[in-house]
Amino acid sequence: MDLSTTYMGLELKHPVVASASPLSGTIDGIKRLEDGGAAAIVMFSLFEEQIRHENEAFSHLMESGTDSFAESLSYFPEVEDYPVGPDSYLNLLRRAATEVDVPVIASLNCVTSEGWIDYARQMQQAGAKGLELNVYGIEADLETSGAEVEQRYLDILTAVKSTVTIPVALKLSPFFSAMGHMAKRLDQAGADALVLFNRFYQPDIDIRELEVAPMLELSSPSEIRLPLLWIAVLHGKLNASLGATRGVEGADEVVKYLLAGADAVMSTSALLRNGPAYATSLVDGLKNWMEARAFTSVRQIRGSMSHHKVANPSAFERSNYLKVLESYRGEYM
Amino acid sequence: MSPQQVKTLEGNEAVAYLAYRINEVCAIYPITPSSTMAELADQWAAEGKSNVWGNVPLVVEMQSEGGAAGAVHGALQTGALTTTFTASQGLLLMIPNMYKIAGELTPTVFHVAARSLAAQGLSIFGDHSDVAAVRNTGFAQLASSSVQEAHDMALIAQAASLEARIPFVHFFDGFRTSHEVNKLNLIADDQIRAMIDPALVRAHRQRALNPDHPFIRGTAQNPDVYFQARETVNPFYAQLPSILQAKFDAFAKLSGRQYHLFGYYGHPEAERVAVILGSGALTLRETVAYLEQQHGEKVGVVQVRLCLPFSAPHFLAVLPASVKSIAVLDRTKLPGATGEPLYADVVTTLTEAYVSGILPTYAMPRVIGGRYGLSSKEFTPAMAKAVLDELKRDQPKNHFTVGIVDDVTHTSLDYDRLFEIEPEDVVRALFFGLGADGTVGANKNSIKIIGESTPLYAQGYFVYDSRKSGSRTVSHVRFGPEPINSPYLIESASFIACHQFNFVERVDVLENARPGATFLLNSPFGPDQVWDHLPRRVQEQIIAKGISLYVIDASKVALETGMGSRTNTIMQTCFFAISGVLPRDEAISKIKESIRKTYGKKGEDVVQKNFVAVDQTLAKLYQVSIPTQATSTIETPPVVPAEAPEFVQKVTAAMMAGIGDQLPVSMLPIDGTYPSGTTKWEKRNISHFVPVWEPDICIQCGNCSFVCPHSVIRSKFYHEAKLKEAPAGFKSAPINARGFPETRYTLQFYVEDCTGCGLCVEVCPAKSLQQSGVKAINMKPKSPILEQERTSIGFFETIPVNDRSRVDFSSVRGSQFLEPLFEFSGACAGCGETPYVRLLSQLFGDRLIVANATGCSSIYGGNLPTTPWTKNAEGRGPAWSNSLFEDNAEFGFGFRLSADKHLTLAKQLAQELENEIGPDFVNEIIHAPQTTESQIRQQRIRVAELKTALIKLDSEKARDLLSVVDHLVRRSIWIVGGDGWAYDIGSAGLDHVLASGRDVNVMVLDTEVYSNTGGQMSKSTPLGAIAKFAAGGKTVGKKDLALQAISYGNVYVARVAMGANPQQTLVALREAEAYPGPSLILAYSHCIAHGINMQHGLKQQDLAVASGHWPLVRYNPALRQSDKNPFVLDSPRPHIKLKDYIYNELRYKMLTRINPAEGEHMLELGQQLVNQKWEIYEEMASRGGSHLIPTPVSNNK
Repeated sequence: MDLSTTYMGLELKHPVVASASPLSGTIDGIKRLEDGGAAAIVMFSLFEEQIRHENEAFSHLMESGTDSFAESLSYFPEVEDYPVGPDSYLNLLRRAATEVDVPVIASLNCVTSEGWIDYARQMQQAGAKGLELNVYGIEADLETSGAEVEQRYLDILTAVKSTVTIPVALKLSPFFSAMGHMAKRLDQAGADALVLFNRFYQPDIDIRELEVAPMLELSSPSEIRLPLLWIAVLHGKLNASLGATRGVEGADEVVKYLLAGADAVMSTSALLRNGPAYATSLVDGLKNWMEARAFTSVRQIRGSMSHHKVANPSAFERSNYLKVLESYRGEYM
Repeated sequence: MSPQQVKTLEGNEAVAYLAYRINEVCAIYPITPSSTMAELADQWAAEGKSNVWGNVPLVVEMQSEGGAAGAVHGALQTGALTTTFTASQGLLLMIPNMYKIAGELTPTVFHVAARSLAAQGLSIFGDHSDVAAVRNTGFAQLASSSVQEAHDMALIAQAASLEARIPFVHFFDGFRTSHEVNKLNLIADDQIRAMIDPALVRAHRQRALNPDHPFIRGTAQNPDVYFQARETVNPFYAQLPSILQAKFDAFAKLSGRQYHLFGYYGHPEAERVAVILGSGALTLRETVAYLEQQHGEKVGVVQVRLCLPFSAPHFLAVLPASVKSIAVLDRTKLPGATGEPLYADVVTTLTEAYVSGILPTYAMPRVIGGRYGLSSKEFTPAMAKAVLDELKRDQPKNHFTVGIVDDVTHTSLDYDRLFEIEPEDVVRALFFGLGADGTVGANKNSIKIIGESTPLYAQGYFVYDSRKSGSRTVSHVRFGPEPINSPYLIESASFIACHQFNFVERVDVLENARPGATFLLNSPFGPDQVWDHLPRRVQEQIIAKGISLYVIDASKVALETGMGSRTNTIMQTCFFAISGVLPRDEAISKIKESIRKTYGKKGEDVVQKNFVAVDQTLAKLYQVSIPTQATSTIETPPVVPAEAPEFVQKVTAAMMAGIGDQLPVSMLPIDGTYPSGTTKWEKRNISHFVPVWEPDICIQCGNCSFVCPHSVIRSKFYHEAKLKEAPAGFKSAPINARGFPETRYTLQFYVEDCTGCGLCVEVCPAKSLQQSGVKAINMKPKSPILEQERTSIGFFETIPVNDRSRVDFSSVRGSQFLEPLFEFSGACAGCGETPYVRLLSQLFGDRLIVANATGCSSIYGGNLPTTPWTKNAEGRGPAWSNSLFEDNAEFGFGFRLSADKHLTLAKQLAQELENEIGPDFVNEIIHAPQTTESQIRQQRIRVAELKTALIKLDSEKARDLLSVVDHLVRRSIWIVGGDGWAYDIGSAGLDHVLASGRDVNVMVLDTEVYSNTGGQMSKSTPLGAIAKFAAGGKTVGKKDLALQAISYGNVYVARVAMGANPQQTLVALREAEAYPGPSLILAYSHCIAHGINMQHGLKQQDLAVASGHWPLVRYNPALRQSDKNPFVLDSPRPHIKLKDYIYNELRYKMLTRINPAEGEHMLELGQQLVNQKWEIYEEMASRGGSHLIPTPVSNNK
């Protein structure tokens, strides 16, 4: 059975990819992901802001209390050379690139254009087979228009593409007014893959402590719907590969994403819950499903239920939404 | 001559550079002001830098200077080129080995940043008392006067020592030279190799102990031969001067810098000559040159470099024949001697020459000797002139002092304070800043910029105050076209910068401004408003001296450019922009270059942020037009309030105002005894943000004051009627307790003493039910509430302190109604040690006697001008003393012995007087129980009655009993110190005292590092933590002092962390005190040296416990009597990973950056260690009471 797929120009032995998570934070974790059966590994995201913050904190703590009291003019040995900025990330990437056989894709989240360019270049030099740009942000500034946000995505992509030669993917949020049009523009600007969709930080409020509580919940299969919709809509209409992420709990979701048209299916939550070896279970489940229906290659099923191939395309559109509502017959109706 | 590399270095670095390049082994121990040398050596070794022999020296920290000297001796005896760095009492601890090393004719050089010895008080500052104290050891002594000279002598001494086989003490003035930054020519490796004869190195190795050709050295000798054997070394000492001079000459050929054993400077036919060594020689040389050139005076100075052996021929050879009188200056004091060492040497030499007929002068000169510069007291050209002028007199004062006013024995010389000799072409700049604002760092940087990238010379010297929080700094910086050898503070500055606006009110920043000077002021007020905000004194000085005033709102620029509170780069840019030292553009580009160099390793962002700050600065710097008249009504406030006691008014206030130098001898205590409780008179106002109480939200738990490091939070309960007198705005709440009707509660913050650490807010558990982020205590700006709070504090102090016998000692809340008798110390903001110390003073303060090891706690506890240990309204309070670093357990043990002896004596005398006093009363007073506070109170009443009775008796015996009668109230004896003392230098003494069985209580304030001397590793430093001397992370786990003490069986032991469990801390302190044998409390003390935001210190304590790094335990031998397990684990099983605790701290996190693999490895080992330790503890806690070895032993009482 041929499970191979091509994702952002990378030949993968099957479509199940480990997406950015704390599991890829150590070389041991990365090796476990490979051993667990992931066809490619997206490393955890390098956050420019975090690096800046850490550097500032480091520098602040080193200087804290210095040159104040004659007996203790400093509190730490002077360190002539220590890694700053993305060095530790790059070191890990470098090791991963040489010590594992599956492609390692670096993930990046920056706040300045220099950051995107510099870090992307350094990631390529460190041996990344591809880059995933995690353009993450809450547009809380009421002066920023949707057009500006869209342009920023395009600018970042263009800047990074002009800097590196390895393939570049964009991990997107679903909150564009015209997701399809935006995807098309990114595709035209040279994106090698679009990853649908990013999970957003959505804080809760703790009513006991009256505090804003950062909440992180692992994804659940119900979250598959939104990316499934857009992958189905976009499949076959772009040059860029489509990566599916969110809600992959078992092989069923892998199958669904592939049917919708994904070139690669990514999992974070399921691997965190069940361990890195769970990737193999996902692949086995895919195989079983394919065997039961006598499919011999992933190529056969990919996109077979996409928007333009499915028997009833309107099922993916808003008109269908109305029908769903109308069909709802809950206890209060 | 080799091409010379120019550097700007501190004296310590200049010396360490050479010592490191030549030696193979450095055995060291940190002591101010020499620590930097050892730290640098360790750092270079960690970086793998090699010496000139192509290998990396071994740098080893020992447990004390005594240990270092032993290791040095051992390494020397086995053939390694070995050195050490030390000062003061540290050098004295080396004395026994120094005799051995010299007696065995072993070449080595000890580099000493010469420092005062602790006598009537400790001093970290510079003089020659330490080196004078080791004159008898047989070490030669070579004195350096400047940074360059110290650099050169470090090499020359080693070369001479190898050839002469006489060990050297090479010394230079602590702080004045060790910490001065100056431009120098760096000695190149080929010059070093040319000076050190490899054959002599091999000869040294050849003499080493070696089983391949064994011999015995270190015999015990008998009366028959010891004496003669002692005389065998004479030829070596005789040859040394010539050998050294030959090395000087050889060095001159290599470097162009010629030295002599005695350097003569001045008029060739001088009639008056001063003899001096160390940095003071440079002052005299400058003064002599000035007097000769400007006034044609026939004066000269002999600078002594080789002090021991004192070479009479060489000395006599440099003395002009014309000399009629000589003044010898010593920077030490030998009470009761015929004179100080150099004076004695000169007198002896001249007398012997006269007797032998070889005197080079026409007649026997008159010789006077005097003391100067003790403890870094300034020695200025004016003082040097006074000494030379004294020689003009018919009857000059002998055994004089200069630089002080001695109105007791009238030794001091008057001097003309306005006498000034500094050349016009030297830019002299003074910078007033705060430790926290980076002023010193910026100035060091400016010196580097100018010294290393322009032909100009530069010198910097930095003065710090004695506080660890809110510390003021004054930088004295000179730039000029010629080498700068002026080892004294700037008295006439052409440029003055004040980096903190509020200083202008409290400090006379323009006192030393010369006419026409430039004054740069960091001001929140712009050029149009600033004038009206200056005090009258400052306005008058500006007008009278024609000073140009510039202002910049550096704090605002810093905030806008993301620099936070660090205004250093901004003020440095202003200095270059207006001082004219360099052309402005050149200066700015050099600042930027330097920023890149300094901050490059900290990341591009930090660099860019600094660049932006530089650019913004130039746009926001304004010159102020000066009115013709002073109009201000702002006057300088009095230093202390009028109600302060007389001593504080007259003496303490002068020190606080920075004019302590003017205090005459008669004003100072004769024996180092100072009044308690003087910090209360010094309202330092160092924080702009202070805690504010919300009575409606507060649950009155007492946690805030329990953890307050500066005792600024006080609570009292009182009858509500008292509120009728309260001023408006005074805060109060009904007390939150049953059985106290009509009772109110107030939590008062002493905002002027608050350092703004925020620990109280962090620990406060009470949150508003309605408003997010509002607690019962919140940090708010101080200025709007200051006046109100002053009024409230005034009223609060009229409310009586709660009666100790009505307070529940057993709860955190109750304990906080006890008056703290340790308050407002100068410890770091958020200090982790002082809350324990304060608690001690609350629980036992009125009968507490404290022996305090040298370290942070002795500095914030006892550093003048003001001290925090205070007394209550009855006049009782902790009696406190600091002996040394190494002997604290023994020192406190001595307190116990006295107490035991005098208690016995008091009982005996009382019994002998029972017929006069009444047998029942005597019996009662002798056998009174004194466990609870009320029992102690009752005993105090009995003792008062007894005193009254004894006074009436008016007999010898009664007077005897009166002299010891206070001992009848049980004393609480505490031995307090840090981990450097308890785990390292004082370890043996502590062990012995704990083993004594006597009733002493030991409190170890465990910061897991030498905090006071700047973060050196101790045996308490945990595995994987980075510290000085463990730059690659400590590879050995922390010593378990608790288990060590528990092994005695009869020692009460507790490990506490108030941030994790304040109640357990309280219980442990009370149990320890009540236990009638030795007790040991190990108190986790978060510290600035951990590299944490101090506001989160208590959280870190909690995590330390939660991770199992710091298990809370109590081992109470008293429980054994009821067959209970004395070992109690007070903390739950570890429930977080070690990494979740340690990686919040820079000391651990740093390793993950510099060596990630090692960091990972250490974390793994650290976690294993924690797990194993926990298993042991858990097993011990689950044993039956009779199963804990060793068997109980009785205490030796």
